[in-house]
Amino acid sequence: MKICGPKLSLCGLIISVWGIVQLVLMGVFFYINSVALIEDLPLEEEYHTLEAFYTAANRAYNQNAYNCWIAACIYVLTLLLSAQQFYMNSRVTAN
Amino acid sequence: MGSLFRSEEMALCQLFLQSEAAYACVSELGELGLVQFRDLNPDVNAFQRKFVNEVRRCDEMERKLRYLEKEIKKDGIPMLDTGESPEAPQPREMIDLEATFEKLENELREVNQNAEALKRNFLELTELKHILRKTQVFFDEQEGGVNHTTESMTRALITDEARTAGASMGPVQLGYMDKSNEREDYLPCFVAGVILRERLPAFERMLWRACRGNVFLRQAMIETPLEDPTNGDQVHKSVFIIFFQGDQLKTRVKKICEGFRATLYPCPEAPADRREMAMGVMTRIEDLNTVLGQTQDHRHRVLVAAAKNLKNWFVKVRKIKAIYHTLNLFNLDVTQKCLIAECWVPLLDIETIQLALRRGTERSGSSVPPILNRMQTFENPPTYNRTNKFTKAFQALIDAYGVASYREMNPAPYTIITFPFLFAVMFGDLGHGALMALFGLWMIRKEKGLAAQKTDNEIWNIFFGGRYIIFLMGAFSMYTGLIYNDIFSKSLNIFGSHWRLSYNTSTVMENKLLQLNPNSTDYVGDPYPFGLDPIWQVATSNKIIFHNGYKMKISIIFGVIHMIFGVIMSWHNHTYFRNRLSLIYEFIPQLVFLVLLFFYLVLLMFIKWNRYAATNPMPYSESCAPSILITFIDMVLFNTPKTPPTGCEVYMFWGQSFIQTVFVLVALACIPVMLLGKPWKIMQARKLANEEVQPIAGATSDAEIGGNSNGGSHGGAGAGGHHDEEEMSEIFIHQGIHTIEYVLGSVSHTASYLRLWALSLAHAQLAEVLWTMVLSIGLKQEGWLGGVILTFVFAFWAVLTVGILVLMEGLSAFLHTLRLHWVEFQSKFYMGQGYAFLPFSFDAIIENGGASSSEAE
Repeated sequence: MKICGPKLSLCGLIISVWGIVQLVLMGVFFYINSVALIEDLPLEEEYHTLEAFYTAANRAYNQNAYNCWIAACIYVLTLLLSAQQFYMNSRVTAN
Repeated sequence: MGSLFRSEEMALCQLFLQSEAAYACVSELGELGLVQFRDLNPDVNAFQRKFVNEVRRCDEMERKLRYLEKEIKKDGIPMLDTGESPEAPQPREMIDLEATFEKLENELREVNQNAEALKRNFLELTELKHILRKTQVFFDEQEGGVNHTTESMTRALITDEARTAGASMGPVQLGYMDKSNEREDYLPCFVAGVILRERLPAFERMLWRACRGNVFLRQAMIETPLEDPTNGDQVHKSVFIIFFQGDQLKTRVKKICEGFRATLYPCPEAPADRREMAMGVMTRIEDLNTVLGQTQDHRHRVLVAAAKNLKNWFVKVRKIKAIYHTLNLFNLDVTQKCLIAECWVPLLDIETIQLALRRGTERSGSSVPPILNRMQTFENPPTYNRTNKFTKAFQALIDAYGVASYREMNPAPYTIITFPFLFAVMFGDLGHGALMALFGLWMIRKEKGLAAQKTDNEIWNIFFGGRYIIFLMGAFSMYTGLIYNDIFSKSLNIFGSHWRLSYNTSTVMENKLLQLNPNSTDYVGDPYPFGLDPIWQVATSNKIIFHNGYKMKISIIFGVIHMIFGVIMSWHNHTYFRNRLSLIYEFIPQLVFLVLLFFYLVLLMFIKWNRYAATNPMPYSESCAPSILITFIDMVLFNTPKTPPTGCEVYMFWGQSFIQTVFVLVALACIPVMLLGKPWKIMQARKLANEEVQPIAGATSDAEIGGNSNGGSHGGAGAGGHHDEEEMSEIFIHQGIHTIEYVLGSVSHTASYLRLWALSLAHAQLAEVLWTMVLSIGLKQEGWLGGVILTFVFAFWAVLTVGILVLMEGLSAFLHTLRLHWVEFQSKFYMGQGYAFLPFSFDAIIENGGASSSEAE
C-alpha cells in the first residue's frame, strides 16, 4: 500500500532517525536533571520554599524525560511507516 | 615545488603530422586530453577551411541523431547508457554511419507520416461518430417535443402542410427535402460539425449577429479529449448542429463555419441512414485502430533498436566532429604532405604525448613519425593546475575570482584548510555542523552512484560538486561548536564546570540576580579544559557580553594572521619571479606596516589576557585591565591616555608608550617607501641605461628593468622581455593606487574580519531563538499528552533548523567566507590575470553534450 511519495517518505525517514536520536538523548538529560535544560521546564516564576521548588522541578524533569521518550517512541513508529513506504517506492521505481 | 602550489610549466610546441596520420594522431591526443591547440589560421573564414565538408557531414549526422533521440524520448523508451566511450572511428567508417542514420531517419519519417495520416483519418471518424451520437440526441428531443409539450414551437417553424407532406418521416422533417414538394421558405435545413470548445461562444455570437437570429444552434460537448494529429496535443471539442432555412442562410452559415475552422460533416436526415452510417463508422474505426496499432508497433521496434546504440553513436559522431574541427585549426604545409599544428603542452607530459603520437602513427600505418618541436615564445602560457576530485572544488572557488597568472602562487592548497575553518568560526554549532558533515559524508560515500545519474538540477549539481567542501565545513563546524560549547544553542558539560556555587539558601532565595566571583572559591582556579565553560549557558544576563569580547578578539586574531600569511605569499611570488625591487620596496614595507600596527594589536590582546586576572593584586587585577581598542586608538592618534582609576597603571608593560610611538612612526615611514621606492629605482635604472652605450645596456640592466617594470603583471620572467616599457607617470600612478589600496585596505580588511564575530554571534542567537520559541513550546507541555505534542513540535523545529539555520545561515556564512578569501586574503598577493588551459579532450566535449565543439564552429 502506498500513501506517500518517494520524497515525503525520505523526509519522514530522516526526521524520524534524527528525532529518535535527539529525543532519547534529551530524555536522558532530563532524567539526570541537566541544569542546561531548566528553562524548558514547565515551572512557576517563583517558589516560596526551597522544598517546593525542588519537588516541582524534580517532577517536571521526570515528566519531560518521559515525554521525550514518548515522542521518541512515536518517531520509531513513523520511522517504520516511512521505511515501509520508502521500500514500496523504491520497489515501484525499480520495476 | 609541487604542482599544487603553482600551475604547471607549459611549453609551446610545434607539431608536424603527416597528412595520413593526422586523423589518428589527433584522435589519440583527444583521448589523452593534455594538449591545447592554437588556431593557426584565425583570419580564415569557417567555411573556407580544409575539412569543412567533413564537419558539415558530422553536423548532419548529429541532427539525425538528435531527431532520433527526440522521438525515442517521446515514446519514453529507456536509452542504454553504458558510460563507455568508444574510440573515434576511422574516417572511412563515417560513410557506414551516415548510411545507417539516413536509413533510420527515412524509415522513421515514413512511419511518422503514415501514422499522422492515419491519425487524421481516425480523428475525422471519431468526430463523425460523436456527431452522429450527439445529433441523435437532438433529433430525439425534437421528436419528443412535438409529441408532447412544445408542439406549438414546432408549429411556428413548420406549417401543417410540411408536416403532412413529410408524414412518413415523423412529425418534423429536417434536412433537405424534395424541393419540388415543398415551398422553399419553409425548408428547414441543417449542418452539423465539430468546433474547438473555446471558439464556441464567439462562434455562436457571430452566427446570431450575421444571421439576425434566424438560425437555431444546438451544441453538446464531447467529453473525451481528442488528439490533434499534427502535434499530438489533447484538445477539447464540441459538436454543434445548426438549423436554418433557405440557401442564402446556408452559404452564410457555411462561411462562418469555415471562418471558425469548424469541420462540417455530412449527416443524413433519416434515422435509419444515421444508424447505418454510425455502424459503418464504428467498423472503420475498428479497422483503423488495428492499423494504427501495427504502425505504432513498427515505430516502437525501430526506436528500441536505435535506442540501444544511440549514446554510442553520439559519442562517435562527436569525436569525429571534434577531430575534424581540430584539424581545421592546423596549417597546411606547402607540399600538402603534412599538417603543422601549434599547441600548449604541460612540460611534464611531453613523454606521454609523444607516446600517444607514436600510437596514432602506428594505427594509421604511416611510416614517418610525427615531430614534436618545442618553440620559444614571449607569450604568456595558459595556467594549468592539475586537480583531483578533492582539490577540484577548491580550485573552482579560486578560479571563479580569476584564473591565476602563469606560475603564480596558487591559493587553492591553503584554501582547503582556511576556507572550512573561517566558515566554521561563523557557523560554530556542533549539531548544525554534524548535520552538514553527515550530508557531505553521504554524498562522498555514494559518490559513484550519484555521479552516474546525471541530472540537470543546478542546485543539486552545485552541492554535489562541493561535497568535499561541505563535509569539511561541517566537520570544522563541529570542532568550533565544541569550542563554543554550542549544540543547538545548548551546552554540554563534559568535564564538569569549573565554577562552584557558594551562596547559602537564604541568599539564593532573596536575590534576583547573583554573581559568581572569579576571585573567590566560586572559581576552581584553572579553566575548563576544552572550549567555553558550560556555566555560561545559565548565565543569562552576561553570556552575550562574554561571548562578544571573546569572539571579537578571536576574529581579529584570525584575520590579522590570515592577512600576514597573504603578504608572505607575495614574498614567494617576488622571489620566484626574481622581482627584487618589489621584494624590497613592496613586500618588506607591507609586512612591517601590517606587523607593527595590527599584529601589535593582536599581541596586546594576548598580553592583556596573560597579565590581568581577578586573583592578581592591584595593578594587574581585573578592574585595571585597559580597553585594547582605546589603547590602539590612542596609539595611532598619539593621544595621551586618560588617567586610570586609582591604583591602576595606564600601560600594560614598561616602555609601552615609547614602543608604541616608535611602531607608529616606523609604520608611517613605510608608506612613502611603498609609494616611491620602486618607481624611483626604475627611473634611476632607466637613466643609467640611457647614459651608457647601447650594446652593453642590453645584457644586464635592460633585462632586469624589463622584468621589473611591468609592475602590474608579474606575468612571468620570460614574458616581460620584449614589450614596450611603461611610461614613468603610469608607473607612479599605479604604485600610488597600489599603496593607497594596501594602506587603507589593511585597516578596512582588519575591520572586515569582524564579520566572523558578527555572524557567529548571530548564528548562536538565531539558534537560541528557534529553540526557545519553537522546541520549548513542545517541552513545556504538562501531562502525558506532552509527548504527542512534542513529536509534532520537534518535526517543525527540525524542518526550521535545516531550512533556516543550516541552509540559509550556511549559505550566508559561505558567501562571507568566500569574500574573506577573495578580497581580504587574495588581494595581498594574487594577480589572477592568467587564462585557463583548455585542453582538447574528448571527455570534456562529450560531457558538455557537444556544446563546446558546436560553439567553436
